[in-house]
Amino acid sequence: MPMNMIVCCKQVLDPEAPPASFKVDPASNQVVPPPGVPPVISPFDEQAVEAALRIKDSQGGKITVLSLGNNLLRDVVKKPLSMGADELVLLEDEAYEGGDSWSTAYALAMAIKKIGEFDLVFCGRQAADWDAGQVGSGIAELLGIPSVTVARKVEVADGKATVERVIADGYQVIEVTLPALITVSNELGEARYATLKGIMAAAKKQPTIWKPADIELDPSQIGAAGRRAKLLKLFQPVREGKCEMVEGDSPAEAGANLAAKLREAKVI
Amino acid sequence: MAEFKGIMVYGEIAEGNLSAITTELLGCGRRLADESKEDLLCILIADQLGETPQKAIAFGADKVYTVENPLLKEYQTESYVVVMEKAVQDISPRVLLMGQTSVGRDLAPRLAFRLGVSAAMDCLELDIDPETKLLQQTRPVYGGNARATFSSDSFPQIATVRQKAMAPLEPDKSRKGEITPLKVDLDPAAIRTKVIETVKEEVAGIKLEDAEAIVTGGRGIGGPEGFKELEELAKVLKAAVGASRPPCDNGWVPDTMQVGLTGKIVTPELYIAVALSGASQHLAGCSGAKNIVAINRDAEANIFKEARFGVVGDWKQVLPAFTAKVKELLAG
Repeated sequence: MPMNMIVCCKQVLDPEAPPASFKVDPASNQVVPPPGVPPVISPFDEQAVEAALRIKDSQGGKITVLSLGNNLLRDVVKKPLSMGADELVLLEDEAYEGGDSWSTAYALAMAIKKIGEFDLVFCGRQAADWDAGQVGSGIAELLGIPSVTVARKVEVADGKATVERVIADGYQVIEVTLPALITVSNELGEARYATLKGIMAAAKKQPTIWKPADIELDPSQIGAAGRRAKLLKLFQPVREGKCEMVEGDSPAEAGANLAAKLREAKVI
Repeated sequence: MAEFKGIMVYGEIAEGNLSAITTELLGCGRRLADESKEDLLCILIADQLGETPQKAIAFGADKVYTVENPLLKEYQTESYVVVMEKAVQDISPRVLLMGQTSVGRDLAPRLAFRLGVSAAMDCLELDIDPETKLLQQTRPVYGGNARATFSSDSFPQIATVRQKAMAPLEPDKSRKGEITPLKVDLDPAAIRTKVIETVKEEVAGIKLEDAEAIVTGGRGIGGPEGFKELEELAKVLKAAVGASRPPCDNGWVPDTMQVGLTGKIVTPELYIAVALSGASQHLAGCSGAKNIVAINRDAEANIFKEARFGVVGDWKQVLPAFTAKVKELLAG
């Protein structure tokens, strides 16, 4: 049976940027984007797209991608389209800026209501910037649908999804009625690359843009105004450690010297 | 509106006992309760609780609330959130602490959205503001590159706490406390998920979480064969073997071996990081190790910023000699 699917994708600063380039502006409590490193779709969200594409591959269906923010880069947010998603809806307005898990989940849930019919909503398990992992569960709660979080495999049959949920020492197989929301973890496996054909098709597609009024959002609940968690301080932890480099005339000798050094320091 | 009072710990039960995170939460909760001159409350939910309520008191709780129901044998979002919603309404705690575990990371946000409050996930530090009595929650963000301190003014203030970030108290069996059963009606028809099977994928040998020493390999190990060499060293050191994300994502080793933000959080005495760069999201899982030792051919690798001892070189040449020398030293 073809599935109607929605995937929420967030544009974030590239988490693979070198840690040395990471800077916080203490005055504004914001991260300074590293120069020359373009933003990306949060990697877990790409894997959420992959989970939806695997279902589309096996039984057909439609994938609508939702992204929220302001001044979103088209090359970035169109990536799910070039991987094989069908439509892109952007919640794009300056009013969406500065939100937290609450205001983000609220806006996405209202957009999903406007889309109307759906069987599955996918999100990444957490976004690579704030790492909170709340928006998926929040959307499910606001929509009144069941959720299964931290999935590594999703299959659909007979109006139900069977999900493998990652737990500390293995996984659980969970059956959930549809419609449902599923958050996806990296154990699902790598997201596919965009094909040339996909990139060309994505270039031609125009995203639909929804302003807050288009999805009947209460202005007091959007972006920074709708925050329920107050950010008091954003800072970089101080690293005090000094590494003692152990050397040798050859790599093997350095290895042996390292063992001797660990014994000397009573580490082994 | 009810007055919100007390620091509540949501306790997890593992194999009939309080799980380690629960004793850690009680240790942290005790401090917060003392600072705010309020009671430390604990809620325990399962099909059968056995002796765990008494144990929670020994670990610091003043009052324990219990919910026992056959429908609560396994954690499921929709049954547990109903119980917690009712408990919060009945008891009105000011702060609710949970573990950043498979259960807590699923339950806390769902409950927070149901109650209309905010939650701070994966906290490393919790403090009570002496003036406002509000909880301040400090947690890693941006894959461990930064930390953020949050607060909120809707109650209960919910926080999940990273495993091993807090220390438990010494249990005191003579401590006195109250145990109060709570009645919660559960409708099986309202639970839209079903746990078909729980599969343990235990890695042979010492568990990462319990290991005193860990040997971890990264992307530079290059394939499953390389991990066999790490096992050699691990055997000599009685260590567990871990991996950063790339070896897991590439299928070289099982996902359960992953150390990091989205894997296991470990705090061994000795952590030997081989051919891994030290991405922040990996360091988030191992920065609590007492001694980090790094072997990497890139002198600029981030791991050297966290390490106490390091060797710059190709692990394939460094490791055999290192392992042999360690063996010799430990034998002598």
